[in-house]
Amino acid sequence: MKKFHAAALAATGMLVASAPAMAQSVDETVNSLFASSTGWFVSFIFSPFPGTSFPWIVAWLVIAATVFTLYFGFIQFRAFPHSISLVKGDYSDPNDAGEVSHFQALATALSGTVGLGNIAGVAVAVSIGGPGATFWMILAGLMGMASKFTECTLGVKYRNEYEDGTVSGGPMYYLTKGFEERGLPAGKILAVLFSIFCILGALGGGNMFQANQAHAQISNVVGDYPGWITGVIFAGIVFAVIVGGLKSIASVTEKVVPFMGVLYVLTALVILLMNADKIGWAFGQIFAGAFTGLGVAGGMVGALIQGFKRAAFSNEAGVGSAAIAHSAVRTKEPITEGFVSLLEPFIDTVVICTMTALVIIITGQLISDPATGSYLLSEGSTVIQTVDGNTGVALTSAAFSSSFGWFKYILAIAVVLFAFSTMISWSYYGLKAWTFLFGEGKTKELVFKIIFCIFVVIGAAASLGPVIDFSDAAIFAMAVVNIIGLYFLMPVVKAELDSYLSRLKTGEIKKFK
Amino acid sequence: MSKKIAVGYDGSDSAGGALEFAVTLAKASGAELVIAHVLEWSPYSFLTPTEIEERHKRRTEELERAESAVIKPVMGKLEEEGVTAKCVLKYGHIAETLNMIATDEGVDQIVIGRNGHSQLSSRLFGSVAGSLAQAASVPVTIVP
Repeated sequence: MKKFHAAALAATGMLVASAPAMAQSVDETVNSLFASSTGWFVSFIFSPFPGTSFPWIVAWLVIAATVFTLYFGFIQFRAFPHSISLVKGDYSDPNDAGEVSHFQALATALSGTVGLGNIAGVAVAVSIGGPGATFWMILAGLMGMASKFTECTLGVKYRNEYEDGTVSGGPMYYLTKGFEERGLPAGKILAVLFSIFCILGALGGGNMFQANQAHAQISNVVGDYPGWITGVIFAGIVFAVIVGGLKSIASVTEKVVPFMGVLYVLTALVILLMNADKIGWAFGQIFAGAFTGLGVAGGMVGALIQGFKRAAFSNEAGVGSAAIAHSAVRTKEPITEGFVSLLEPFIDTVVICTMTALVIIITGQLISDPATGSYLLSEGSTVIQTVDGNTGVALTSAAFSSSFGWFKYILAIAVVLFAFSTMISWSYYGLKAWTFLFGEGKTKELVFKIIFCIFVVIGAAASLGPVIDFSDAAIFAMAVVNIIGLYFLMPVVKAELDSYLSRLKTGEIKKFK
Repeated sequence: MSKKIAVGYDGSDSAGGALEFAVTLAKASGAELVIAHVLEWSPYSFLTPTEIEERHKRRTEELERAESAVIKPVMGKLEEEGVTAKCVLKYGHIAETLNMIATDEGVDQIVIGRNGHSQLSSRLFGSVAGSLAQAASVPVTIVP
């Protein structure tokens, strides 16, 4: 009956205003065509292990992180203090001043990963997986540090340096050069596959998804208006930055984004302090939820899946994107970039994501049964009931606004800026994959940059669900290829690590400060 | 013992005044000059991925430009005037780096010009002359 009604409405709509209806049907055609041709790929990447709801791609990332953690002897904890001193510049030769510092490399790579995942994604994770998801998220974040360490070291070691002083690096280069050096076959095929997935991921998750969510946030605050307007404005700004080389916009964003990140964490800390009496209780919920589920769908396993998934989606450890960002840094020791990069999952997941989760839990957004202590699920779904039925960004916004009403505006600005900086970073990752496939050159680069800007408009204008599913799948397909490479090349990193640590011990590598 | 005087020089008018003053001092006392040119740089600023990739290239270009546009003309002039001088070109926070150069070169005093900012902007951003006067390990002469 409902269906018939809708069809009748659509038919009259068609007669009354044929143009918008036709645009609608174009959208629908694109959606269904795209879904039917790529659906198999999406369901393959996100398919669960038989008989469970655990997606194999999440297991793939977590197992890799565990293998690297064990292989390098818990390097993320052993090298943590050294990583901090590298970022502080204690080991930087003053004569190299004017080159990119470790701090700058870290900040740039971080601005590519800190974004919607930390704000909206975490809200989704705790509203499905309960507070316990936080525990598994932190654990996966800590393990992911070892994956980042491995890929970023390789990124620097096998990068290409050109005569004019510029460099290109990333998984496509270590898959090719690293495999060749070790006499392994198929490096080139893996590199090409990685590049294809990276371009798709850059256009999708790194572009359309961001544009789409930025539009959603803006129209949430100023009221509904057509998405293509946001799209054209965003595309114009992105064009000015990546094609026009307009430094001012980029440098403003690059300054405001870290500031927003710090403001976000500080506000979260203030809210936690205001509720200091409940911190013990919140951690109690996190631990109890981690092992019992406290009534969430799927119990302990449900909490674990949500936590692992969130960590993997948010910090991109093992995906290979960070290896592209870090490889441009000038350093004599590739391993130092590995040390610096292991701080990224820590800041992104262990600090920022955890703050979001704690604020949601401590401000009592999730509704539990006072008698049993179990969380109540919304009727007919796997989502926990929330105070106003919020989910996603709205849930985070409600949690923060319950203490500071003005925070929702700050959050809206933050989401838009995070989306913008993520787009700038991914335009670079996509470009590097593009030039790897088609060669370097001004015209070839321009073609990619223009395609990238067009996709900004498409992403903001349409609700292309299947396209976005596909691009998320593409980002994780990057991880499939990249991690295969990391397994084969990890002995190279081990050799670099041993050599560096022994030289650090003998004092051959010395502190300047 | 021969004296050494460092001059903070960036090619600006006020730096020119400081240099003139230092030349007069040098001629009177037979001191040697150290022309210190510092390119403003903070390792804690934020860059886009593309800027990071091109940084080494840009740095090389900036150094070449400083060499040809700032250092060369002044060294030529000093040679004509018969003053012994060497130049040091470095990146960093201007006041801190000038002080570092002064220490490394073992100079007896530093001469700098002042950029004549309004009180407000020096309050907000600090002034090179002010911070150097506070931090320097040798006497500083500020030439108006």
